[in-house]
Amino acid sequence: MRITLTVNGEEREADVWAGESLLFALRERLGLPGSKNACEQGECGSCSVLLDGVLVCACLVLAAQAEGHEVVTVEGLGSDGRLHAVQEAFVQTGAVQCGFCTPGLVVATADLLARRPDPSEDEIREALSGNLCRCTGYAKIFDAVRLAAGAA
Amino acid sequence: MDVLTPRTLDEALRLRSEHPDAWPIDGGTDVLVELNFDRARPPALLNLSEIRELKGWSRENGTLRLGAGLTYTQCRQDLRDVLPALAEASRTVGSPQIQNRGTLGGNLGTSSPAGDSLPPLLVEGAEVELASVRGERRVPLEEFLVGPKRNAMLANELIVAVRVSPSGARQTFMKVGPRNAMVIAVASLALSADRERGELRAAYGSAGPVPKLVTAPLAERASFAERVAEAAQPIDDVRGTAVYRRHALRVLTTRALERCAA
Ligand SMILES: Cc1cc2nc3c(=O)[nH]c(=O)nc-3n(C[C@H](O)[C@H](O)[C@H](O)COP(=O)(O)OP(=O)(O)OC[C@H]3O[C@@H](n4cnc5c(N)ncnc54)[C@H](O)[C@@H]3O)c2cc1C
Ligand code: FES
Ligand code: FES
Repeated sequence: MRITLTVNGEEREADVWAGESLLFALRERLGLPGSKNACEQGECGSCSVLLDGVLVCACLVLAAQAEGHEVVTVEGLGSDGRLHAVQEAFVQTGAVQCGFCTPGLVVATADLLARRPDPSEDEIREALSGNLCRCTGYAKIFDAVRLAAGAA
Repeated sequence: MDVLTPRTLDEALRLRSEHPDAWPIDGGTDVLVELNFDRARPPALLNLSEIRELKGWSRENGTLRLGAGLTYTQCRQDLRDVLPALAEASRTVGSPQIQNRGTLGGNLGTSSPAGDSLPPLLVEGAEVELASVRGERRVPLEEFLVGPKRNAMLANELIVAVRVSPSGARQTFMKVGPRNAMVIAVASLALSADRERGELRAAYGSAGPVPKLVTAPLAERASFAERVAEAAQPIDDVRGTAVYRRHALRVLTTRALERCAA
């Protein structure tokens, strides 16, 4: 089936299988491999995207459900070839080890800071509780969130 | 496989009766896991996520009507004062990503013994509103839940809403698991101390084939923790033993009583 949706501000069309996830459609049909595929069951957050401005796991959204909706992936956060403030902060603090969790954490952090520009420690922990880093780089990830919050 | 996407409830009910084999899907947080791992290949999916009538909640006289498409994030934000135990339970579901997408209708549809919205709704005496092309009926949640992952919904019906008349009683929800996020309950408990009715009401989750309500007069507070633990029918599984689950319910009930009936 063919779906039409807006991805990172651009109208896109994709031919998808009825049972496939938005994550699969983004990565395999639309050439956007930034959102990572790790668990495919909502546990790790590495596929986090914004759907109509709401943070979701792309692996748990049916691609067909995104028809007519707006998706922002990690590729759509920066502008004019410049990194988003959250991406910049992850680089500066060394919050990236293997980098597999990074796109999801960046999107989740950007979502948090858009709603809560100056989050408390507990708010950061709760907001990022759905994103796992198997390199266990959480201390530096938290540094990055605080740096980005200060920069915003 | 096909995806059917109705725009109105009437259209959805018609499609439901024409395609009783199609799986309803709303937030997809249960259904997509099945599809991604190829555990199931339903002939069609009935996508409910575009139906305005299922979204949000409303108040009719003293009764709250919670749309089947109400998300946990909305429960957390909007129902903290009127249904505090449900709001607390919603905060323990999965992660923000799951709470943004998962719905009450989906939790009822799945009818897991561990479904976190179920104990708080049982304590508040909720009714499930079901609809088909033939009309509408209401089933008390206690009767709706008939077994592990089994409920009273018929193949031509959809869950439309949950109706609750908030008791206003002090109430809480607690859940035991290995961490504070992303946890399927090892055992859970919702409890209210309803002074107006002179009643203690508790409902456990993950400690029997279905979440279940246990009540006692307020005066029997001293024996209530034991009564809840006795009423449970827990099993041993990968998440915990039956003995541990009974123990956990005793502890949770005691703590909940301290919070709600101090
Ligand atoms: C990582 C992860 C963590 C989770 N954590 C928790 C947790 O902590 N606690 C918890 O309780 N659950 C948890 N869940 C399970 C799930 O999120 C919930 O059960 C949620 O409420 C399902 O809602 P949904 O809208 O996503 O359902 P869907 O996946 O869309 O549907 C679930 C079921 O309900 C049926 N259905 C949906 N809507 C209707 C309707 N209106 N009428 C009739 N049938 C319908 C579907 O056919 C399907 O059988 C978790 C899931 C994941 C992936
Ligand atoms: S791949 Fe979606 S949450 Fe892990
Ligand atoms: S940097 Fe490797 S998973 Fe987080």
